[in-house]
Amino acid sequence: MDIIRGLLWVALGSIFGALARYWLSGAVARRVGETFPWGTITVNVSGAFAIGVLGKLASTGHGVFATPDFWLLAVTGFLGCYTTVSSFSLQTLSLARDGETARAACNVLLSMVLCLSAVAIGFHLTSMFLS
Amino acid sequence: MTFSTKTSRRQQFWNSAALYGFVALGGTIGSCARYLVAVFGQILFGSGFPLGTLFVNITGSFAIGFYAALAGPDGRIFASTRQRQFVMTGLCGGYTTFSAFSFETFQLLRNGHELAALLNIGLAPSWLVAVWLGHTLATRINRLKGT
Repeated sequence: MDIIRGLLWVALGSIFGALARYWLSGAVARRVGETFPWGTITVNVSGAFAIGVLGKLASTGHGVFATPDFWLLAVTGFLGCYTTVSSFSLQTLSLARDGETARAACNVLLSMVLCLSAVAIGFHLTSMFLS
Repeated sequence: MTFSTKTSRRQQFWNSAALYGFVALGGTIGSCARYLVAVFGQILFGSGFPLGTLFVNITGSFAIGFYAALAGPDGRIFASTRQRQFVMTGLCGGYTTFSAFSFETFQLLRNGHELAALLNIGLAPSWLVAVWLGHTLATRINRLKGT
């Protein structure tokens, strides 16, 4: 069945996405401290850039990047697991509950602006690179 | 006989490896769940507005808020670091996604559906309402009388 095949690709990509997120967000947090969720921002913004790149590559219709299997592995699997909204939400809530409302608002604004910018930049840089 | 309380480097390594293992396992399960939601969402609602991503991000935020309170310092359940990482970093982390949200919003904008893109962004605070709801609900449960 197609769904089973899809699940296998997603699962395979997810293993590495989870490991990468855990390692990188941890490494960033250890480096800059945990007063602000820079680790989560790092994975979410880099993941957004990457999906912009892969999205453009997929839209060309050529090569392995345009195949559904690759998308399931690299995007649904890896990037889907590499980025996270749950940590973002919980960390925003923690900041707000600790009375750090300005930091909480900054987390929301920064995450949104940086991620949406990153996906556009990834997409357009790839366009330029391909043409 | 002296009693050593330092964990050996080997123990530290295996401890760390176990944590990574649980995160990877939880992440894989969460991701697969997200994929299934997307598949069924597609079957039920088609490819218009990214409802599947919205659904997982809202429910995933609720879940992590709920679990964080339930397994937290004032929580009813005791959870080991391994369990917490499995559930929060693993399951919830894999189940939710910022990359799909970013790309889907970008696609909506690119394809001329600016209002839909703005709506998608405008609905993002619903994730935060969800995490707060989950946390508040679990806190109430924590405070119930009895064991």
